[in-house]
Amino acid sequence: MLLFVEQVLNGLQLGVMLFLMASGLTLVFGIMGLINLAHGSLYMIGAYVAATVTLHTDSFLLGLAAALPAAALTGAIIERVVMARLYAREHLDQVLATFGLILFFNDLMVILWGRQPLFMNVPDALAGTVEVLPGAPYPVFRLVIIAVGLLVALGLWYLITRTRLGMRIRAGASDRETAGALGIDIALLYTGVFALGAMLAGLAGAMAGPILAVEAGMGESILILTFVVVVIGGIGSVRGALIGALLVGVVDTLGRAFLPDLLALVLDRATADGAGTSLSTMSVYILMAAVLVWRPKGLFPGHG
Amino acid sequence: MAERAPLSPRVRLGLHLLGLLALALLPPLLTLIDEPFYVTLATRVLILALAAVSLDLILGYGGMVSFGHAAFVGVGGYVTGILAHHAFMGDPLMLFGLAVPGMNEALIVWPLAMAVSAVAALLIGVLSLRTGGIHFIMITLAFAQMLYYLLVSLQAYGGDDGLTLWGRNTVAGTDLLADRETFYYVCLGLLAVVVLAFRRLVDSRFGLVLQGARQNERRMRALGVPVTRYRLAAFTLAGAVAGLAGVLSVNQAEFVSPTLLHWTHSGELLVVVILGGMGTLVGPVLGAFVLMGLEEVLAGVTEHWRVILGPVLVLVVLYARAGLHGWVIGPRRHADADGEGAS
Repeated sequence: MLLFVEQVLNGLQLGVMLFLMASGLTLVFGIMGLINLAHGSLYMIGAYVAATVTLHTDSFLLGLAAALPAAALTGAIIERVVMARLYAREHLDQVLATFGLILFFNDLMVILWGRQPLFMNVPDALAGTVEVLPGAPYPVFRLVIIAVGLLVALGLWYLITRTRLGMRIRAGASDRETAGALGIDIALLYTGVFALGAMLAGLAGAMAGPILAVEAGMGESILILTFVVVVIGGIGSVRGALIGALLVGVVDTLGRAFLPDLLALVLDRATADGAGTSLSTMSVYILMAAVLVWRPKGLFPGHG
Repeated sequence: MAERAPLSPRVRLGLHLLGLLALALLPPLLTLIDEPFYVTLATRVLILALAAVSLDLILGYGGMVSFGHAAFVGVGGYVTGILAHHAFMGDPLMLFGLAVPGMNEALIVWPLAMAVSAVAALLIGVLSLRTGGIHFIMITLAFAQMLYYLLVSLQAYGGDDGLTLWGRNTVAGTDLLADRETFYYVCLGLLAVVVLAFRRLVDSRFGLVLQGARQNERRMRALGVPVTRYRLAAFTLAGAVAGLAGVLSVNQAEFVSPTLLHWTHSGELLVVVILGGMGTLVGPVLGAFVLMGLEEVLAGVTEHWRVILGPVLVLVVLYARAGLHGWVIGPRRHADADGEGAS
């Protein structure tokens, strides 16, 4: 039972990380109709900048404060230089161009930081554990990640549905020409939304730093999981991104933790271990396939 | 849209035959200038071209942007590798209570590998083709990644490290393929046959339906054509041919690992098709030569050659979308300005 609670929390933590990635990706798609593979690169940049600044200043907060603008700025530059020319193109062109960007950024990181992964420590203030249930200690840092992710979700909901900026974003998403004719600077709005998505990816990367190794190519594995999230949630929907991300995070984590044991109830141990490991790596994709059969457009299709 | 008139079919055919002749003369030429190593490189290019041509069928003619095509290459490769592994170990492969003996015989293994790849493509296609456009891109990528992780988790077959083969497949019991040049010609022959067969196919009723559905799906549906079924058939066929490319690749390297179906390889296949010219079948062969050549040259310049290749790709997408084929041979026949893809 304690192990179960712990694994559910781990799943939620992975889920909010995925949400930070997926919300940016889905906003950019919903509003600009753009598929951006280089979203994982922004995550990587966030992680590298946070790790480097933290290692030099011994302050995770400073690292975070550097990582967010760095990712947002990189995002804005990418948008202005490359993406702005791709809005009118087909998705295939967007995929290829952003694939080129991934190759560029991965090797750029190797040139700047070398092939050795960077390791950063959990900040001292958050290094301890706290008992979530009697006898079930859980790292504070991971709880903080979950809290930050949920706060971001709340903030995004407020931004999009309750503010004037959010109204402009929604207007730009539903009818670009009319919104432009009504005096909204569409080009600026697009750059802003892209930079916002980039900043969220950078935030996810910076928070992943103390948990994972910071290395070139770290953005890709989470990027593909993010795609699964977006497909499950429905492309363009922030609400769908949240539900999808938590679902994927929990299913993936629980699958890895418990599937081999569950299968051992019906199979012999060795077979169960083998099949369980294989099945658990596939669990989120099977979930995606199931959602696709049930609802081809995702759980929450359209904008929202 | 055409800046200049396309070449006449006869000149076009002549150029294609000339290209084939050049490829046929390549090994003796390389031996003549004392660079036989490049035969191996050229063989790898032909295998990449074969996989890219199969992608071109669904991408260029069917408008299906599959970002998971390397998965089928990998499935074909793993069928070869696993059967060879069991042949070497001498224990049969137990599959759902069925004992399949290990094998090294190309005449059995190769069609079998293509069939398994086709089944994989059929299953993935049934699910992926329920959607279109951007969903299709992400879903094909995700399923390919699923197969990748599945193979990584197979500890019995080396997991992450893959399997090393003890020699290439035999043909009717002989080790014909062990010879570098013979293997090159086998790859060239298969590539030529596939390009020719696909050419016939895209001009047939089947191919016209496929292209019609790319240009205007609603119109095709209104005509009463079961569009999805046609697309699925093309997707499955492309998967089988990609599986053959995997078989050749594993025979060439005498090694198979999950890297074969890593998602960057799916991206690379897309790049080859676009670079060469989408919807031309011959273009991807050109694209394979240019991409591999570019990689060789850049790798000679700097260890971090991707830092150059990446921006080159962006520039190609932004400014040179007709591809090499459009450049050299002229725009494709059934030219249309914007195939928005399966949407």
